[in-house]
Amino acid sequence: MAVLQMQKICICGLKRDRKAILELLQAAGVMEITQEASEDGVFRKTDTLESRQIFDRNAATADHALEVLQEYVPEESSLFSGLAGKPLADAERFRNVKENSEAVLEDANQILALQKQISELHASVVRLQTEAEGLTPWLQLDIPLKCGETGKTSVLLGTIGGEINREQLYAAVAERAPGLERMDLEVISSGPDQTCIAAVCIKEDAEQLEEALRTMGFARPAKSIDAIPADYVRDLERQAEKLREEAAATENRLRAHENSRENLRLLSDYYRVRAQKYAVLSELLQSEKTFVMTGFVPAREVKGLEEKLSSRFDVSFEVSEVPEDEEAPVLLSNGSFSSAAEGITASFGLPAKGEIDPTAIMSVCYVFFFGLMLSDAAYGLIIFLACFWAIKKFPRMETNLRKSLKLFMYCGLSTLFWGVMFGGYFGDAVDIVSRTWFGRQITIPALWFVPLNNPMRLLIFSLLFGVIHLFLGLGIKGYMLLRDGKIMDFICDVVLWYMLLLGLILMLIPSSLFAPMLQMQVTFPAAVNAAAKWGAIIGAVGIVLMSARDKKNPVLRIALGAYDLYGISSWLSDALSYSRLLALGLATGVIASVINQMGSMIGTGIIGTVLFIVIFCFGHMFNLAINLLGAYVHTCRLQYVEFFGKFYEGGGKAFEPFVRSTKYVEIKED
Amino acid sequence: MSGVVFALLGVAVAVSLAGMGSAMGVGIAGQAAAGVVTEDPNKFAKVLLLQLLPGTQGIYGLLVGFIALSKIGLLGGGVNWEMTMAEGLLFLAACLPIGLVGLLSAIYQGQTSAASIGIVAKKPEQFGKAMLFPAMVETYAILALLVSILAINAL
Repeated sequence: MAVLQMQKICICGLKRDRKAILELLQAAGVMEITQEASEDGVFRKTDTLESRQIFDRNAATADHALEVLQEYVPEESSLFSGLAGKPLADAERFRNVKENSEAVLEDANQILALQKQISELHASVVRLQTEAEGLTPWLQLDIPLKCGETGKTSVLLGTIGGEINREQLYAAVAERAPGLERMDLEVISSGPDQTCIAAVCIKEDAEQLEEALRTMGFARPAKSIDAIPADYVRDLERQAEKLREEAAATENRLRAHENSRENLRLLSDYYRVRAQKYAVLSELLQSEKTFVMTGFVPAREVKGLEEKLSSRFDVSFEVSEVPEDEEAPVLLSNGSFSSAAEGITASFGLPAKGEIDPTAIMSVCYVFFFGLMLSDAAYGLIIFLACFWAIKKFPRMETNLRKSLKLFMYCGLSTLFWGVMFGGYFGDAVDIVSRTWFGRQITIPALWFVPLNNPMRLLIFSLLFGVIHLFLGLGIKGYMLLRDGKIMDFICDVVLWYMLLLGLILMLIPSSLFAPMLQMQVTFPAAVNAAAKWGAIIGAVGIVLMSARDKKNPVLRIALGAYDLYGISSWLSDALSYSRLLALGLATGVIASVINQMGSMIGTGIIGTVLFIVIFCFGHMFNLAINLLGAYVHTCRLQYVEFFGKFYEGGGKAFEPFVRSTKYVEIKED
Repeated sequence: MSGVVFALLGVAVAVSLAGMGSAMGVGIAGQAAAGVVTEDPNKFAKVLLLQLLPGTQGIYGLLVGFIALSKIGLLGGGVNWEMTMAEGLLFLAACLPIGLVGLLSAIYQGQTSAASIGIVAKKPEQFGKAMLFPAMVETYAILALLVSILAINAL
């Protein structure tokens, strides 16, 4: 339960070692590099932008080649591949990438070139197809499209807008050019948009005929070819076929590169890591012969790092505590159980300077409340087994994901526990199945009580759990104040509130307001009642007088104190907020019963049984999913708003060490 | 007239008003979610979670409706047709909180979810906080649900 202690280090070394030292630091991954000093006459930064751009481009080329490979030779990936994490690569092998990087890069470029070729070939095929389509209306023509004349006759080929047949065409021409007789008009094809015609006439008449046709909207074909259209189209198809074959062959050649995947991945990561190194390098202050760098390192790693560095290089390694006015980056360190909930803390905000890490206490409460909200033994078992299987099956899972799954595994156990307490196994599935199919109702008795039969009781317990949770939060605030030696603050802001709240609760419990809720009349001994009364009074008066103790003006001080006392209403609303424990717990159980009931309505025949199983599976899957979401969101809310609200603000900066941040492989340290 | 009419009207109020609210809320949030996914499909899971948040009111409505149905006896077949008007109206009154609050809170929760989806679009690392805002609205639906359940259970 802690925020890791950070130390500041300052490394000063020889310039010629700078790359090797950076590599070592990057591999160790325990140092967050900071910028302290600025450039001066002696120390300057060097610009590495150019090499970084080359590295980035090479990494991008490899990525792109991998994408192309994935497109043409899809790699089989299971549904769970997202859980598997990055495969391990030897550090030795990673270093060797450099030696054959040229060849791999060449390979990547070849893949990209092949892909470009393929897309060009496909584009050509499309172009040929379009051309062939354009000639479709002329397919019936048995002379070349370019044919203009024979020895004695002229040939007019072209289109007329609209749909007409041969007779109409003759009639129209006769109307426009009455003298013409020695001609032959043919309709090649006709559609609603245009009609393709061929007209043959004696050469002398050609002009007159064309004029007549032109008034009807005659136009020669846009592209005239010196071949019979049908032959030409056949030729085009042959060409397209050839191109297609070529594309297929190219694709096969591309597929042959499948084996370079692994090398490409290594190459991409290699350049990525180098680019990161150079980014740090450009920020490094360097003199003619030396360089200097500063940063934060977790205190427990400092010694190891120093040994590693000074055994290999001539460096000066200075360690100092983090100065008072500086905020060290935050890295959480918790035990196996609590570390699972670090993600929950982090997504609210890491502890700021001076705050304690709330993860340890929060994780226990989280698991407890989560189980109470879902509260179904079967669901809990399913969640537990699923998470357990995933964690065991994929040992190389990414760390944050593993932590989340581990948290849900514990939450599953808690859900199982509460399910047994409240007698929920897929809701009331056991009752319904035994009653409908076997004629005798069997009920697994709840270890504690069934919430639906006695919601008031669970409501009281929900509020009780809530009050304990809230008091715990106030207690942590008290601990933090005591730790910092602020005794006065501790008494005024924590002890007085405890007195007031406990007094009020103890006064309320025996009152007639609470009797029906508790289903019994509680009577305390007179001494307790008196203590409760005086505790509440002292608490209230103390808060009014003391909470604004830094104000000199007595009127203002009392007014602000009274306002602070009004904060009691927020305690009330905070406590009532825990009623969601009851509401969500009931929601799971009741919807599960609705599903069971629906399933059992069809009957006990074979069809009824099969349908019951189908409804049962899908219904409970849906119910589990929706209530899992509800339990997750509302447990987070109880921690963030109610619990953290009492003592925790967050706002710390996460520790971001200089590491080899890779995309495809994880490098095994040697 | 038998009180069962009003009791069933109560069930209808709880299920349909809360369901309508959730449909609208999930719809509003869904439009925002779809917009984010067009830009970045990787955020699908996160925005889907946020879209689903206003969906719970409908489930609460169903919950109250179901408990009321079984209390009236409409599920097991043992309906008390002699139920007085007053008893029926009591059921209706008990169902009102989750119906009304469910309707309005789901719509507003949907709008809040849409805004939170905007947070995820720009700052995905702030997902934990983005999730809180819609959850705040839901509190009131939960309080209404509680009163409805307790009231029906007491009848």
